[in-house]
Amino acid sequence: MAAQQQLLKAEKVSRVFGGLKAVSDVNLEINDGELVGLIGPNGAGKTTLFNLLTGVYEPSDGDITFSGTRVNGLKPYQITKRGAARTFQNIRLFGEMTVLENVMVAYNMHAQHNLFSSILRLPTHFKGEADMREKAIEFLKIFNLESKKDEIAKNLPYGEQRRLEIARALAAKPKLLLLDEPAAGMNPQETTDLMNLIRWIRDEFKITILLIEHDMGLVMGVCERIYVLDRGQMIASGTPEQIRTNPKVIEAYLGQEV
Amino acid sequence: MNKRFFIGIAISLVFYGVVQALISGEILNDFYIDTLVMLGVNIILAVSLNLINGFTGQFSIGHAGFMSIGAYVSAIMTTNLGYSFPLGLLCGCLAAAVAGLIIGFPTLRLKGDYLAIATLGFGEIIRIVWLNNDYVGGAAGLNGIERVTNWSWIFFGVLVAVVVIQNIVKSTHGRAMISVRENEIAAEAMGINVTKYKVIAFVVGAFFAGMAGAFSAHYFYGIAPTSYNFMKSFEILVFVVLGGLGSTAGTIIGTILLTLLFTYLQDIPEWRMVIYSMILILTMIFRPKGLLGNVDVTKFFKKGGASKNGGTTTTP
Repeated sequence: MAAQQQLLKAEKVSRVFGGLKAVSDVNLEINDGELVGLIGPNGAGKTTLFNLLTGVYEPSDGDITFSGTRVNGLKPYQITKRGAARTFQNIRLFGEMTVLENVMVAYNMHAQHNLFSSILRLPTHFKGEADMREKAIEFLKIFNLESKKDEIAKNLPYGEQRRLEIARALAAKPKLLLLDEPAAGMNPQETTDLMNLIRWIRDEFKITILLIEHDMGLVMGVCERIYVLDRGQMIASGTPEQIRTNPKVIEAYLGQEV
Repeated sequence: MNKRFFIGIAISLVFYGVVQALISGEILNDFYIDTLVMLGVNIILAVSLNLINGFTGQFSIGHAGFMSIGAYVSAIMTTNLGYSFPLGLLCGCLAAAVAGLIIGFPTLRLKGDYLAIATLGFGEIIRIVWLNNDYVGGAAGLNGIERVTNWSWIFFGVLVAVVVIQNIVKSTHGRAMISVRENEIAAEAMGINVTKYKVIAFVVGAFFAGMAGAFSAHYFYGIAPTSYNFMKSFEILVFVVLGGLGSTAGTIIGTILLTLLFTYLQDIPEWRMVIYSMILILTMIFRPKGLLGNVDVTKFFKKGGASKNGGTTTTP
């Protein structure tokens, strides 16, 4: 463990909505290069925790540290800039933009040319735009989407929309990729492909992945470590084997014997 | 891209020269020049509103407010203080842009209908400020403004507005704005500083609205608060929606059609609003996304590579 560096740490993070404690006192640690799963029954607070980690919500209590700096209260785009990109449970592509443009948006935060060089069409503009385009096309090639680069994103089939969303998140060059139910709505074959894709991404891009998933087969098959959330509380964590036999987890999913 | 850009500019300049020659040769009479100036002013207004409403997706209906700031500030500079028109024009544009910045920061946290109401209110507040200020003539407005605006001013005004806005839109900054329109949450998650881009759209839009205001003030001799009420804001909005939100060419075509229609229908005043409304209703039924909504005209001129700017679409 000594060689591994800690990338993300949540300490006693809570989030209250009115009287509802959606997430309470959650601790979570992710080391560099890990592939970690986050599971839990419906309404357990998984997506809320994701939103806390990515800055969509601010924690009511507790600390979130990413790459050694505290990121509480930072806006989502600031957290993305620090190296955490995400996908969404319900796909959020830029529907009317082309596949290529969707990926190019990810490069905006590293743009070399400012607004004035674009208005005046200075050489830096052309260079910057060409660089972005080239990088985006390279990226689409990796994800087998290059032939569709000029298609409007909303016209893609469902599976490809998912793939594009993941490609777009990776284009932001994250250290940590957060996937919110990537297999939602996929058939078993597509899920298997996705599992392979996720493993391949981790190895190819050498990044850390945290994923929320309902599909147990996928989580157990691909994750090295799993956190289980139930009613806003972290009830268990460990290897897939430990989770599978953990009585608390079984209880949360299947209910208690009467 | 560079090449096509300059070809576009060249075609526009030829168009400018031809019209200028016709005006100098007194083939085009005052009525036509009036119409051309009206067209130019409306195109600047519509194209700049399109940056805010069409590309960035922020539903603003206070554009007449920014226009009035440009008109009043430039008129004060030239008529009351005796500065030259170019300086007045610049001050008018900058004042409107600053107003856009001041209004932008607090209101852009609002979304959809709420933003529309806030900007509508802002437009009315500006109008009432002019109405109750004796220095600018109160309800009677400012009169005796020298006529400076001519075909050249208006043509190059439109050219600058269209080229600047197209250059913004067809760049990473424009893509960022469109991504905000398409999905604000995803845009922010992709590292887009949403507030920054909304404010840029607002400031640039207001700047050109101010320009249009300054041009019209220095053409029609006088300005009065009533010209800048919310009906004016809606008029501009209708140009944009009819032409196609998020399409510069569509906005320009929509503006030309409606402005000409309105001008020529003046001969039958009793039917004017009826016909005007009918056309709007029919367009919205048959082309709900506007005349050129979803159509990127630049694709027709494309031979690979990126899109062009200005060009034939800049002809007022």
